[in-house]
Amino acid sequence: MKKTLLLAAALMSVAGALSAQARPVPAGPGTTLIRNATVLTVTKGTLQNTDVLIQNGKIAQVGQNIAAPAGATVIDATGKFLMPGIIDPHTHLMSDAVNEGSLSVTSMVRIEDVLNPTAVNIYRELAGGVTTVTILHGSANTIGGQNATVKLKYGASVADMLFPGAPPTLKFALGENVTRKNSSQIAMPGQPVTRRYPVSRMGQEEVLRDAFTRARDYKATIDEYKARLAKGEKNLVPPRRDLELEPLVEVLEGKRLARVHAYRADESLMMLNLADDFGFKVQALEHGLEGYKIASEIARHGAALTSFADSWSYKIEAYDAIPYNAAILMRHGVVTTLNSDSDERGRRLNIDAAKLIRYGGLTEDEALATITINGAKTLGVQDKVGSIEVGKDADLSLWNNHPLSVYANVDKTFVDGQVYFDRQQDLAQRDQKAKDRAELEKADANQAPSNRRAVQPVLPQEER
Amino acid sequence: MRQIFCASVLCASSALVTPAYAQLGSFNPPPGPQKTFAIKNARIVPVSGPEIASGTIIVSGGRIQAVGASVSVPAGAEVIDASGLRVYPGMMDAGTSIGLSEIGQGANATVDVSEVGSFNPNSQAYFALNPHSAHIGVTRVAGITHVVSRPTGGILSGQAALVNLAGSTAPQMAVNRNLAMVIELPRSGFGGRGFGGFQAAQGAASTQDVNRTRNRQLDSLRAMLKDAEAYGKAIDAYARDKSLPRPKQDVVLASLVPAVRGQMPVLMVADRANDIREAVGFAEENKLKPIIIGGRDAWQITSFLKDHDVPVIISSVMDLPTREDDPYDVNYGAPAKLAQGGVRFAITTGDAGSDVRSLPFTAGMAAAFGLSKDDALKSVTLWPAQIFGVADRFGTIEVGKVANLVVTDGDMLEAKSSTKYLFIDGRMVPLDTKHTDLNDKFKDRP
Repeated sequence: MKKTLLLAAALMSVAGALSAQARPVPAGPGTTLIRNATVLTVTKGTLQNTDVLIQNGKIAQVGQNIAAPAGATVIDATGKFLMPGIIDPHTHLMSDAVNEGSLSVTSMVRIEDVLNPTAVNIYRELAGGVTTVTILHGSANTIGGQNATVKLKYGASVADMLFPGAPPTLKFALGENVTRKNSSQIAMPGQPVTRRYPVSRMGQEEVLRDAFTRARDYKATIDEYKARLAKGEKNLVPPRRDLELEPLVEVLEGKRLARVHAYRADESLMMLNLADDFGFKVQALEHGLEGYKIASEIARHGAALTSFADSWSYKIEAYDAIPYNAAILMRHGVVTTLNSDSDERGRRLNIDAAKLIRYGGLTEDEALATITINGAKTLGVQDKVGSIEVGKDADLSLWNNHPLSVYANVDKTFVDGQVYFDRQQDLAQRDQKAKDRAELEKADANQAPSNRRAVQPVLPQEER
Repeated sequence: MRQIFCASVLCASSALVTPAYAQLGSFNPPPGPQKTFAIKNARIVPVSGPEIASGTIIVSGGRIQAVGASVSVPAGAEVIDASGLRVYPGMMDAGTSIGLSEIGQGANATVDVSEVGSFNPNSQAYFALNPHSAHIGVTRVAGITHVVSRPTGGILSGQAALVNLAGSTAPQMAVNRNLAMVIELPRSGFGGRGFGGFQAAQGAASTQDVNRTRNRQLDSLRAMLKDAEAYGKAIDAYARDKSLPRPKQDVVLASLVPAVRGQMPVLMVADRANDIREAVGFAEENKLKPIIIGGRDAWQITSFLKDHDVPVIISSVMDLPTREDDPYDVNYGAPAKLAQGGVRFAITTGDAGSDVRSLPFTAGMAAAFGLSKDDALKSVTLWPAQIFGVADRFGTIEVGKVANLVVTDGDMLEAKSSTKYLFIDGRMVPLDTKHTDLNDKFKDRP
């Protein structure tokens, strides 16, 4: 056992020393001119042989033959494709925990408290052209907690990664995960799964109704207190602050966006109706695999939907998922976006978008919208990102081929005008990293215990 | 009490099982008859040779009868005008468990991928394959016409089958129901895939304990292989000389005889370089004919694999890197390194069923990271057929081969391309699936 731990520690020290991937150190908010690219603006069509000028982290100009300002970095993008940075509206990237699974209503917990800004998968997402994500709580609880929208400024602090001005959001969840029907995925390994209310879709509706009823009462108490304070009443005792109900009040007031994990059509509709009863709007149905069965109802409510491109059949409630989902919803006027829900899949959302051309006949611009501007609308940041337009943040990805082709890979990814991924630089640093690794592996601390020069741990004798 | 119990079971079977069955199957329309077809004006990508800009393919009796730029159409042929379309040989995914598992989580009754116990050489995928699995229809319209479906788990997992993805019964689908034996050799040392490996290592008192358990398992496997060899000899001897004592029939050992004689390849599951070396060593020691499946780190030992002439079915192209300091594209780029190193390989999704349709994009991703487009196409058509010794019938568009053909409106590996016509075993296959059914039912719902 001791030996195992020592070995693990030794391995970790190698990994730790090498964990910083070949991240270019972002220089100051410099001026960059990307020259002669095919520019996929998403909202304003495709522009051939076009230049994009980046200044102070923003897109300053889009046009032809833009003169490079003095001191500008010029990137020749001839033969390459520039698109907005990809937005993944639903991921669990860089989170050290996702579910506070002891209660079914945990609106008080915040994902931003458990984010790891050095998680190497951030770099891998950047290498797939992703620049903005929402990191959500898991789906073990009817109300999971407060999510975080971040820009993938790998290497910065969490505080600097949080998307400035992005509306706060709250995670809700419905279905098999909440009722713990597939409990192995929620229980800690080796721990027995305890039953927890709710275990049915009946209880799940009741939990939500109860929570919002309590939140409405809490809001009334606060409003009443504020009104009396405004009238100049003295010696008032302020109501006790309730960290569970506060985010729900913000949802009721439209200040915090409800993001609802929902697979089946019936429970999705239940949630929309419940929201109507309490007078708030569901911002987005997450995954929404059966959204296509109630596309009109979703459109009428005004919710967006973040869909998987083609995942299905991995559990009962995913058995009626179809890859035509996104196309049907878009034709009904629902803002539809793709999501990864996975650090692996997040690296290739461009291919997922291309599938929508095959399944449902979307145009290239519509397909690209599902991973850019529609995501921005879902997150409430469409004024800042999601398309290539003058004045927007310079969150961009440059590809060696059309990004809807499986043969494409990312050459550079920019966040706020700074390069956070550069394939050429990554390739150039590989030999040095291999040498560094070899050197570290030679260190005494990283030898298997039996080969160490330092004190040998005493191993127990085998007993027969 | 017994009656009440029975009643409740009946109740369950009428209320739940029957609708569930209707829901879980019968989405795949049966293929048409083996007629004579002429696919005309097509851009033909034969894989075996250069493209034909505009040509004709004649299919009849399930086989390709003619291919070329100027081929005459026989009288009575059903003509398909493929102007503006391309024709490819159907793709083969050599690492699935298709038809063995419908819903992996929360519906155990639909999962038949593994047997109880560690040594099940006579457990055959063929007998669990559900021809009506919705996965089959969805997979074939993505251009995957035949697959290897294999059992998993234990040490001797059982036998994989090669099946065409069309037909109403397993016999209609099977190309070879005893294609390969699957062995999941216990891993060497610590680490490896998933939490289980880590937990096993944590639970053990020392490296010695881990190795002792592993050695015991390997010894059991060796003993079983030796028994099978001896059994085969005894049966043969008795067949020649009936005066010998009649050997007791043993279906388990009998199923292993082709493998220990090198007549049936053995799929050996291994990802780490060490485990791959060990698997090849074990196979050679026991005169097995190994094919590595998994193969994540095979790129690290290409000269070893080339020297031993062991092919690899690589299932990790889309996986996240396992080590923190791995290059971000280590797995995307692995097939290119295998190609450079002269290793015979095929690309698989490694998926149980529902995501096998991602095979073309998986090969495409390898091409985005260094593999040539031609090799990417071969890695899902010709090369898997060669690895399993069925390239005389599958993998290219050539006269005499099984007519598994995909007619597309673009590059078959591109996610945006669509299948326009599909032929499996020389039969035209309708393009309806569970997914098109639901799309048709709901797309215009007001």
